[in-house]
Amino acid sequence: MIPAAFDYKRAGSAEEALSLLGEHGDDAKLLAGGHSLIPLMKYRLASPAVLIDIGKVTDLSYVNDGGDHLAIGALTRHRDIEINDLIGSQMPLLAAATRNVGDPQVRHRGTIGGAVAHGDPASDIPAAMLALRATMVIAGPDGEREVAADDFFSGFLETDLNETEMLKEIKIAKVPDATYSFQKFNRRAQDWAIVGAAILVNNGSSGVGLVNMDSRPIRAAGVEEALVSGANAADAAALAADGVEPPADLNATVEYRQHLARVLTRRGLEEAGR
Amino acid sequence: MQVSINVNGGDQSHDVEARTLLVHYLRESCGLTGTNVGCDSSSCGACTVHLNGEAVKSCTVFAAQADGDEVTTIEGLADGDTLHPMQQAFHECHALQCGYCTPGMVMAAVSLLDEEPNADEAAVREGLEGNLCRCTGYHNIVKAVLTQSGGAK
Repeated sequence: MIPAAFDYKRAGSAEEALSLLGEHGDDAKLLAGGHSLIPLMKYRLASPAVLIDIGKVTDLSYVNDGGDHLAIGALTRHRDIEINDLIGSQMPLLAAATRNVGDPQVRHRGTIGGAVAHGDPASDIPAAMLALRATMVIAGPDGEREVAADDFFSGFLETDLNETEMLKEIKIAKVPDATYSFQKFNRRAQDWAIVGAAILVNNGSSGVGLVNMDSRPIRAAGVEEALVSGANAADAAALAADGVEPPADLNATVEYRQHLARVLTRRGLEEAGR
Repeated sequence: MQVSINVNGGDQSHDVEARTLLVHYLRESCGLTGTNVGCDSSSCGACTVHLNGEAVKSCTVFAAQADGDEVTTIEGLADGDTLHPMQQAFHECHALQCGYCTPGMVMAAVSLLDEEPNADEAAVREGLEGNLCRCTGYHNIVKAVLTQSGGAK
């Protein structure tokens, strides 16, 4: 499968990428690791006229200690997150979710920023972003702005990013004492989740992000509220499919996805000690 | 566009379309047909090569993205007539039947043990999850990789 023809531009820096975005606007797409975009282009579901390759902007690949939070460069590859000591000690849920992305080859190329900016409800990383209440740092022609994960994922493959902006960094509060679980149900080893759940339990509060349970990455708000009110794992997890609209496809009906969400959330909460 | 890649230790430079995938660059421009195209959708791993030392699926990388980089293909593993230890292990353990997945399987296995030199059986099975063998010959593939793992020795 060969993608439609496009103009290839390589950006040497974030500034250069923004300037190219300003020049080409809606005709252009940023290319990071390419493991979401290139398959879409090969299936001709996406045919950008211009590709701006930011894959070699290495100064956006980092995990920095910001005191109460970690700052993760958007171009940090999944593999680098998987083995990063700070992430392993301060937010192991992110490492666990990342280990579930694709397979080793995919994780060598794919980036956290690419997975987040793609906004795919079937992707593992956005659910972890919701559970961890991450903040997206967005660079644009007029400077930088910050958006909470809850406000970032706006629709199917749609985010708060406009055509002249790029995701530059992800900030996540440290939660070294939280317990966590990443649950993923699929039928083939390296496949997408049929349903998944990213679960973080931190003192009284909790974060529950669901994979593939709506048209966008979504939080199981009912479960979180029940946990705050003192519900046990089984009672809270029973609410996991309330208020969400899962898709139906060859792998699962709506009802089966609702069932999976409840079961995976309960298992995750139990694994996290609730 | 001109794309220059160091392939198996030698500099290659070819004028290709921007949309040329790395696997086609290797097979058609460089004439290195050891790397196979299987599913063509980053599932099966038959196209696995090393990009700057790490296993990647070359059907999901544009050649242009690898401009200036180093690529190793299955042809670059052996030292003359002496097989790479992983190739020798596949040979000795009969870790192939039709052989179609083998180049990608060997490249993924070498990368896996680079990162995890003492991988046990569970780690090998998980580490090769991105490579499919439609002959279902996984048992001997895992056996071959384990002979090269420090943890199994």
